[in-house]
Order: sequence, then C-alpha cells, then structure tokens
Amino acid sequence: MRGFWRRYSRNRGAVIGLFILLAVIICAAAAPFLFPRSPWSMVQRPFLPPFTVDGLMLGTDALGRDVLSGLFHGARVSLLVGLVSTVVALSIGIPIGALAGYYGGLVDDGLMRFTEFFQTIPSFALAIVLLAIFQPSLGYIILAIAIVSWPPVARLVRGEVLSLRHREFVEAATLSGQSNLRIIIWQVLPNALPPIIVLASLMVATAILLESSLSFLGLGDPNVMSWGYMIGAARTVLRTAWWLSFIPGIAIVLTVLALNLIGEGLNDALNPRLRSRTP
Amino acid sequence: MKTFRLLTTVAALALASAVAAQDTPKSGGTLNAVIQPEPPSLMLGLVQNGPTQMVAGQIYESLLRYDKDLNPMPSLAKEWTKSEDGITYTFTLQDGVLWHDGTPFTSADVLFSVDVFLRETHARLRASLEQVASIETPDDKTVVFTLKQPFGPFLGIFEAGTMPMIPKHIYEGTDFANNPANNTPIGTGPFKFEEWQRGSYIHLVKNDDYYMAGKPYLDEIYYQVIPDAASRAVAFETGKIDLLPGGSVENFDVPRLTAMDNVCSTDAGWEFFGPHSWMWLNMHEGPMMDKNLRKAVMHGLDREFARDALWNGTGKVAKGPVSSVTRFFETDTPDITFDPEKAKEFLAASVYNGETLRLLPLPYGETWQRWAEATRQNLADIGITVEIVATDVAGWNQKVADWDFDMAFTYLYQYGDPALGVSRTYVSTNIAKGSPWNNVSGYVNEEVDTLFADAAIQANDADRQSLYTQAQNIIVDDVPVAWMLELAFPTIYRCDLMNPVSTAIGVNDGMRDAWLDR
Repeated sequence: MRGFWRRYSRNRGAVIGLFILLAVIICAAAAPFLFPRSPWSMVQRPFLPPFTVDGLMLGTDALGRDVLSGLFHGARVSLLVGLVSTVVALSIGIPIGALAGYYGGLVDDGLMRFTEFFQTIPSFALAIVLLAIFQPSLGYIILAIAIVSWPPVARLVRGEVLSLRHREFVEAATLSGQSNLRIIIWQVLPNALPPIIVLASLMVATAILLESSLSFLGLGDPNVMSWGYMIGAARTVLRTAWWLSFIPGIAIVLTVLALNLIGEGLNDALNPRLRSRTP
Repeated sequence: MKTFRLLTTVAALALASAVAAQDTPKSGGTLNAVIQPEPPSLMLGLVQNGPTQMVAGQIYESLLRYDKDLNPMPSLAKEWTKSEDGITYTFTLQDGVLWHDGTPFTSADVLFSVDVFLRETHARLRASLEQVASIETPDDKTVVFTLKQPFGPFLGIFEAGTMPMIPKHIYEGTDFANNPANNTPIGTGPFKFEEWQRGSYIHLVKNDDYYMAGKPYLDEIYYQVIPDAASRAVAFETGKIDLLPGGSVENFDVPRLTAMDNVCSTDAGWEFFGPHSWMWLNMHEGPMMDKNLRKAVMHGLDREFARDALWNGTGKVAKGPVSSVTRFFETDTPDITFDPEKAKEFLAASVYNGETLRLLPLPYGETWQRWAEATRQNLADIGITVEIVATDVAGWNQKVADWDFDMAFTYLYQYGDPALGVSRTYVSTNIAKGSPWNNVSGYVNEEVDTLFADAAIQANDADRQSLYTQAQNIIVDDVPVAWMLELAFPTIYRCDLMNPVSTAIGVNDGMRDAWLDR
C-alpha cells in the first residue's frame, strides 16, 4: 500500500486531482447542511451577478435561485450519476468480457458481435434515443449512460482475460479441480483489475460529462438540480448573464479534469512496468 | 413686423407640410418578416394554425375586420345591418373587388365559402354556423344571414382566420383538400402569392388591382423561415429582418432587442385572440377533485413573479376564465390573488396528505419550462409536493387528452367572445377523452352550463353581460383550472415600418395598411 501511494504521489497532477475530487465530495456531502433549503427555492431577485449581495456569493439565476446552493446540490447529482452508472456499466461489461475471453470460440464471437452492435452506434446518440423512449428521470438517465458505456469495459476485460487465460497459475487452478466460475472470479479477474480501475475512473468522468450534455439538451430529470441542468437553463441567457453558464461549467471542468488526473495517477501506480514513464 | 408674420406663417406651413409628409404613407419597399414555424399550407380555408394565418391573412380576406376593442370594421363588406330581433343580418359587399386571377368577387363566393367550403373544412366556424338557418344572395352585392335564434357573438365570426372568402370558380365541385390550387392560393387580399421556397422563404407581391386605391403600400413581403430562435434574434439584430411577429423570439431576448436603436414594439394586435394561460386541474380522479386543494393551489401561485421574471413584466395576471380583452369580462369576481397563508389554510382543510402531484409543463421552450419550475417551488412552499413530468409536444397532447396528469399548463385563444372561446373550457357537454382542447379538467356544473347556453342566444348585450357575470362568479369560486396570465406576445419591428398593427389580429391582416418610411 505504501508502495502504491509512493508511486501514485510521484505524479503531481494525480495528487492535485485527488484533492480536487475530495473537495467536490466534501461539497456534495455538506450541501444539505450548508444549504438546507431546496436549491430550487427562489430566494432573491433574478439575475443577481456574483459577489453583489451578501449571503448569495455566486448570485442568482433566471428565477432568483441561489447559484451556489445549486452548485453544491448539483455536485451530489453529478457524483451520484458518475459513480452509479459506472458501477452498472462495469457490472454489465465485466461478466461479458470475462466470459468472452475465458471461453473463446463461439461464446467469444457471439458476445463480441453483441458488444460491437452497441459500439457501432455513437454513444451520445444512443443515450438520447434511450431517454426519448424512457421517461427522463434520474434512474433512467443512469441506466442510459450505463448502457452506452459498458462496451469498452467488455473489450478491455476480454483482452486481459485472454492474455491471462493460459498462464501457469490458471492452469494450476484448473488442475486442482476448481470450477471455471471460481477460476474466473478468484484467479483471472483480480489480475485483470488494474486496467479496469483506471478505465473506471475515466468512465466516471465521461458519465458526468454525458449527464451534463443530456441535461443541457433538456433531456435531464427536470426534478433534479444538476450542473448540466444549470448550464442548459442558462444557455438561453448566455448573452446577458454569461456567468450562469460559466460557473457550473467550471465545476464540471474541474471535476472531470480531476478524475482524468486520478486515472493517470492510478495507471502509473498500478502498472509498475510503466513506472519509468513518469519523471 | 409684416415680414415677420409672413415668415412665421411660412415656417408654420413648412412645419405642417413636414408633419403631413410624415403622416402620408409612402408606397414601395420590401418588407422582411419572420415566420415561425413554417406553415404547413397557405390555404386558409383548410389550415388555420398561427403561422398560416399570419401569412395567408394578407392573401385572403373576410367580410369584416375588427379594431382593438373588437368593434367590426368594413372589409369585403362595406355595410351591414342587423334586424331588431337579432335574427337577420344583411351585408353589402364592396364594389370592384377582384380575385387575384381577375375574376370578380360576388355574393355567390360568400355563399359558397360559408355554406359549402368552410362548413366542410372549418370545425370552429361550423359550430357557430349551427345557429344559421339560411344564407341568401338576393343580388351580386348582398348577402343575408338568417339565424335560428339570436346569437350574440354572430358579428364576431367574420374575421379572416374564422371565415376567409374562398373563390367559388376554383373550388366548386372539387376535392377541396387535394385541389392543386391549394399550392397557389388565390384570394382577394392586398397581396398575391408569388413563390414559396420550402424551408427558406414565402414571397408575396403587391396586388395592383386591389379594390382600395393606393393600397397596399408595400411592393413585396418576404416571410423568412429561420428555424432557430437565437438565429431569428440575430437576423433581426443584423437588419436582415424588419418584423418579428409575437412569439418568434424567446422572451429573454425581447428586452435586448427592444433596447436597440430604431426598434419599436407593441403588445397590441392580439385582442381578438386574447391568449389566456392556465393549468388544467384534473377533476376526473385524484386529490384535485377536492375544491379546497384547488383553492390552495390557486392562492399558492405567485403569478406576478412569473410575469415579471419570465414574461419581462408583459401580460396581465388573469382574474378568471374570461380575458380582460374579451367581451363581457367581469372585474368583480372572487379573489384569487397570491396569498400563501390562505393557501395553507385551504390545504389544511383539504384531502391532500403529502402525495406527489404530477405537473405537465407546456413543451414550448425555456419560458414554459422555467414557469413549471417556479410553480413547483410555489407549491412546495405551501406544502404540496410536485413532480415535473418531462415531455415533448406529442407526449403533452396525449397525456392531456388522456387526463394523465394532476396539473397541466396550457393556453388557448378566446376569439373575442365567451361563447366562441371561453365556454368550451367549462361546459360539461364538452368533456370527452381524446382531445387536449375541450373541457379537459372535467368540470361539471349544471348552473354554468345553463348560463353559458342562455348567454349565447340573447339578442342584447346587457342581458348577455349579466348572465356572463354570474357564470364568471361561479367558475372563479369553483377553480376548475388555475388561471395564470393573460399572455402578451410583443410584435417587434423597425420603427420606420409604420402601422404594422392596426387591428385586433395585428400582423395577421396588418400589412394592408403598413408602409415603410425609407
């Protein structure tokens, strides 16, 4: 563990990323205590610029809602969407990739053609179609994001499993009489984990971006204050109140950047062979 | 001294003539207007949606026009009389009116338009024509309508979008909907159809044989099709467009555009339509069947805030079912103003206990979405949990028509008279699943049914007023819908476009009298 941290911390960007993410998590956790009122409550005159009224540091939006409160509450939604949709995507992608890589042959062909079916459709377009079919609510948004983001996981896991499949320790396990399922879960997957972790951290970032883009287009959950919603609602007043789009935009940029930096750091830390790459 | 007086006289004369010059319309020039969305057709007898009326209102005419107080003015009819008993109406047509193809316009065209063509194609007019016993044409210039009984709003149905005159010599005996002439509309109006580049523009040119000498003043009109609201605003800013009809840019762009140099705007020109917005409250099932809950909702809505924050302060807070621009509006109805304390009292007395109510916003853009959010927050503040249901236009139509909501935003036109545009929302005979435009709330009150039925067939206005006043008092107290705002859709135009709005339907038939001071 100390070795891990030492390798991770050698990437200064990754450490900065981690701090930013921690800050976002703290904001999300503190939101209901710092801003007990709903972020939708209309508290002041609309369109107050930032730093003009005490108690409303970032001003108000088109309906007089506190932008700072929206930002804090929005962090919860963005993180929730990012994490849950990634977990769902992993739970679809890992079994499919593992089965395909482990059994090979027809199973592999079948599962990979199925995966490619999803990969050939542009993911954002697919997400829009899915949400047009479902009712745009938070659960379905998470599901839609998960459905469009699992194929890369399946492909990655398949590749890893393929390369591990014929290693000596797997053959030893087979000879000792363990079942295939047991071997996949206890022998193969743990060794395939490092690249999956790295990918997952990037997937969280992508999911946050995807949710924001969907909300921006008005396909978000109208009952949930998210950063994408804030930008989408402010888009129309871009020329008169640019800060309303800019502030949540910065929040998204920072969070996504942090997750990417962390992914990079994890890659370095979990992949000792690449250690020399970082200065 | 004498010279001085002479000089002042000359100066005064010069000044007077300068003023006169400014008031005398100039002929010529091209007007670029925006049309949004692109109309499906310009054949006004077949299609009457907003953009069709806006363009085709220059091509087709009816017997009357209406001023901003909804008084009838001559159009194709130069005079009209009403018999004492309110049964017989006699119209005398203008002289020298020609269709755009040169054929003379006669009373036979009126008879064909009303009795044959529109009776088949125009549902809203057909309902009013139920009151007509016979239409006769004693000569080429006279049309006589005989009613079955007095019908108060009768003189209000001769507007171009309600009763456009259709050329008999082109349509008689044909399949109206599939007549090839529908693509090249022929009317009597001040402008002739020239060209329609789908997706790009509609081009109208001056009718040189128009029956009013000197009119129209404009040489040609281009209605530009620009699908994106922001692009329409930019097109106006850059000067490509001189006229933005009401509703063609998003509300939040209006203050920015009207603040520009040489830009004028007016809220007038919608009096005939009286766009009235409200929320349907579903009284077919669920908690909204309880009058106390409906009253709680009504008093919980901060409609002044919505008007100021979302509609740039334009429009009026609605007082009840009848718009203040519609005839027989009653000011002294029960109080429904914003009062959270009162709302909470009604809520406490109601059957509501914390369930989540579904709110359908109108899927017409950002303003309506924000309005739904503000409404949800207003109601949350008095203790009602509301969930916004995201939907598109098709979904909205379906959900409203199937009564699948608790609250649903809408707005409808009133057509100047309660019998034409108000009663349909509240009479119990107009409850039918499958349409989003009838009595969707499911409001049943026999007294109201009787009052509306009687008021429509009174011969004199004072009797109608007293019946409509009673009806308004009862309806406001029952709160079958939550009235929001009398909407205003400002028309924005270059100040050197003179007189674009001169009637109760505004730019729809205003180009006849508009001119460019350039």
